[in-house]
Amino acid sequence: MTTADARAMQPPFPAERGVDAYNTKLGMWVFLASEVMFFTALIGAYIILRFGAPGEWARPGTVLNVPVTAFNTFLLICSSVSMVKAYASIADGNQKLLKFWFLVTIICGASFVGVQAYEYLHLIHRGFVPSGVRDGSELAELVANGTLPGASLGLYGSTFYTMTGFHGFHVTCGVISMIYLYLTKVLPGKYTQQNYGGVEVIGLYWHFVDLVWIILFTIVYLI
Amino acid sequence: MTTVAGTPGVGHTHHDDRPFIRKYIFSTDHKIIGIQFLFVSLFFLLVGGLLAMQIRWQLGFPNQPMPGGKLLPETMAPDGVILPEYYIQLVTMHGTFMVFFAIMPLLVGVYANFLIPLKLGAHDMAFPRINMASFWAALLAGLVMLSSLFVPEGAARAGWTMYAPLSARPDLSGAGLGQQLWCVAIILLGLSSILGSLNYITTVINMRAPGMTWFRMPLSIWALFITAILGLLALPVLSGAAIMLLFDQTIGTHFFDPAAGGQALLWQHLFWFFGHPEVYILILPAMGMVSDMIANGSRKPIFGYHSMVFAIIGIAFLGWIVWGHHMFVSGMNPTLGSTFMVTTMIIAVPSAIKTFNWLGTMWRGNLRFHVPMMHAVGFVAMFVIGGLSGIFMAATPVDMHIHDTYFIVAHIHYVLFGGSLFALFGAITFWYPKMFGRLMHEGWGKVHFWLTMLFYNLTFFPMHILGMAGHMRRIYDPTMYDFLKPYQPLNHFISISAFLLFAVQAIFALNFIISLFRGAKASMNPWQDNGLEWTLPNPAPHGNWAEVPRVYRGPYEYSHPDTTEDFLPQSQKLPGDPEPAAASAAGH
Amino acid sequence: MKWWLPAPASTFAGPIDGMFTAILIITGLAFVLVESGLIWFVFKYRGRPGQKGYYTHGNTRAEYIWTAVPAVVCVGLAIVSNHYWKQIKGRDSVPPDAYPIKVHAKQFEWLFTYPGPDGKLGTADDIVDVRNKLHVPVGRPVVLQEEAEDVIHSVFIPVFRLRQDAVPGMNIRSWFIATVPGEYDLACSQLCGMGHYKMHAKVTVQSQADFDAWLAKAAQGDIE
Repeated sequence: MTTADARAMQPPFPAERGVDAYNTKLGMWVFLASEVMFFTALIGAYIILRFGAPGEWARPGTVLNVPVTAFNTFLLICSSVSMVKAYASIADGNQKLLKFWFLVTIICGASFVGVQAYEYLHLIHRGFVPSGVRDGSELAELVANGTLPGASLGLYGSTFYTMTGFHGFHVTCGVISMIYLYLTKVLPGKYTQQNYGGVEVIGLYWHFVDLVWIILFTIVYLI
Repeated sequence: MTTVAGTPGVGHTHHDDRPFIRKYIFSTDHKIIGIQFLFVSLFFLLVGGLLAMQIRWQLGFPNQPMPGGKLLPETMAPDGVILPEYYIQLVTMHGTFMVFFAIMPLLVGVYANFLIPLKLGAHDMAFPRINMASFWAALLAGLVMLSSLFVPEGAARAGWTMYAPLSARPDLSGAGLGQQLWCVAIILLGLSSILGSLNYITTVINMRAPGMTWFRMPLSIWALFITAILGLLALPVLSGAAIMLLFDQTIGTHFFDPAAGGQALLWQHLFWFFGHPEVYILILPAMGMVSDMIANGSRKPIFGYHSMVFAIIGIAFLGWIVWGHHMFVSGMNPTLGSTFMVTTMIIAVPSAIKTFNWLGTMWRGNLRFHVPMMHAVGFVAMFVIGGLSGIFMAATPVDMHIHDTYFIVAHIHYVLFGGSLFALFGAITFWYPKMFGRLMHEGWGKVHFWLTMLFYNLTFFPMHILGMAGHMRRIYDPTMYDFLKPYQPLNHFISISAFLLFAVQAIFALNFIISLFRGAKASMNPWQDNGLEWTLPNPAPHGNWAEVPRVYRGPYEYSHPDTTEDFLPQSQKLPGDPEPAAASAAGH
Repeated sequence: MKWWLPAPASTFAGPIDGMFTAILIITGLAFVLVESGLIWFVFKYRGRPGQKGYYTHGNTRAEYIWTAVPAVVCVGLAIVSNHYWKQIKGRDSVPPDAYPIKVHAKQFEWLFTYPGPDGKLGTADDIVDVRNKLHVPVGRPVVLQEEAEDVIHSVFIPVFRLRQDAVPGMNIRSWFIATVPGEYDLACSQLCGMGHYKMHAKVTVQSQADFDAWLAKAAQGDIE
């Protein structure tokens, strides 16, 4: 984005030079800083609890479905790519491509949430819940016959559901925001080549949410 | 020689024909939002005070029926005698309301909102609707917290610090729904705080009037800006911890449950990682406003303005790496204790710098003792005591003896009451004309100041003695202990002083309320102050300026040799002052 | 009613009280300096109409001095603090021959387990779960092995200047050498619920002979 465009999105009164970002963009960066701290608290707790956990931590893939989640991760990364393409489209003034790529992003994001919801239901069905393992469930049997180390499953459930749950909540908020912008600004053609800050700002949020997921996927599912 | 002139073209930026509800209830005007925070927070200050009175009743008159106690239900105080389970709710909720719903919103919710656009020369905040949401979220949080006092089993009762596992186990604490409501209220408050910080930070960075460079900002704004950053980064950690606690209580997670591998100390680390920056949130804005009031009252520039800025930044930065000093005897690794002890000793230094600079400001001034100045000087006098008592706690071996005693309670109240609250009394008086167009009564303000100063010291100074003796905190009946029985007369004395202290606040309350209707109408700049806000009419109009002001100098140019008057507003142009470059930059 | 710290009864009290006094003197000096300066300025520089204040923005040299002096004082205090802290709480601070007593904290009482004649805890001759009575021999190191059953409690013995939280899920040691025979109080110093205020134990410091006699009787179930 050119400096001229950035300045066009400044408030319509003169001000001392702050940072080279208009208010909504600066505001989003500031907000994301608070989100970093929020996820740091959750992830930090996870790391502390995992390293101090009694017994063995369940090995990757024994409780969670890595292949399905890997696909879901791919989906979310694709949605970030489509978001970038949406942004590039309107930077070039292309309304049609903006509408297309923005919609692709929404669909990919919504699908991510859908797949995650499905995964939760499946895990609960197998007996994996926030408090650990449900009595009499499929996983409880694996613990009983020694296939699955049970001592730290309570922590495993607590940390898994809290971290991925709040991430999922943030993705959902992002999808809802994007649908709102799509209906009120994108479709009616309110974004122009001179004024597309909203796309950039929601894009920032979306990339952040994607980045958090990549970290979570690695430390929760893969390691 | 020049005299002060108002900015021409002052008035409404546009004709203000908003309906009553949009103007005063669901307002996006930062000034109205600040005033809304003021009324709501003063209410919660009263709530916190009433809770404190009950605590002091039990300590001063143990196991005796409390006046008005018969109004309380049997579960709290049968026949007016406070029960132990009610007592620990009182100490918990007193701390909770005072920290989260009184002092923090009074300093930040009120003055960040009210002052930032005014003192920087902006029409409003960067995000007025988010600002409005921040207030309503805070009010909702306060109401949720208040409701927790009225649920059948009663309110949370593990101390305002809410240590797990006690807080996570209703079977061990007796508090179920009340505890959960505490968590929900805190999460809502965290959201409010974050939304507020968003606004304050963006506005300070991007919306300063032309000529208002970083080092021409008043110290109140520097302090509020740095505080906003602290809040932005600390509150999310508290929210995260409160979520984990709520989940342990409700959906069976095990974050703080040792039986399943959880860790009790995890709560303390998370809480205090938030908690220590929080206490700097509770003091820095007060320090900033005190600087403004002392420069005004001394009719002199602030001594060492740049040092003051760096001290604020230093305190805020160091504040992130001292949290373990709340945990010296917690079972935390003693080596960690040593590192926190070192950082804690170091953080004394920037506060010392600020104290000496305030003294330096008063030195060779032409001191005017209006009510705000009295409170600002009172702040310095009392904060010094609070700060120095902190050194005892920072020394780990000494802390072993005074941790969790009334020595700590004395420290907390010297910095929060003697510090923050005195600053607030001064600030409320100082900016009252800008908010309401009238002045508070000066004579009654002075009476209130002296009586408060007296009873406040009589209440809290003796607590140092109790702490040295080993008098623990949160103890329903100290007379059970042989070593504390001799101190009962002192507890009695403290309680009487506390009742008188509380009673005297009626003077402030009445002065505040009556002056709204019968206070002397204020001229535009009754304190002859240099801030941009004083170039606007009282009360300031919606949109503040028709055209943003231009700034030609720093905020504390009092007693300038080239002026007849002993003050020189930031936006007043003297012959020879260059126009700020930003005024002619892009922007229309 | 004493206006000072409780009469000391352990070897830690000396250094701790010494540090307290030293800090009191240092902060007392700072207090007198600042407050008297404040009061002096209030009177000396009170405003006169038609006058102005002295127009200055500060003095760098003064800033250096009043930054350096507090910094040096704080560093000094840190060094002294750390020295005693390591002695009292350090990982390796517990003397190897310290007499072990297990402290089991629960809502709302203290259960002490004494090693029997073999001097070791966790063996068959232990005297288990003595309620709210802590007896210790004078003049020799004693180590409390603290554990908590339910919530966080804290062992606080003011005359020993001893305080250590007992945390569920952790085994924490705290040690001392009692110096003055007598009867003292032990209080819970971490809010642990409704009965926190009455979680009270009695500490009896006795000569080795008296202690052995008490222990022998306790082993028979005769605890007074």
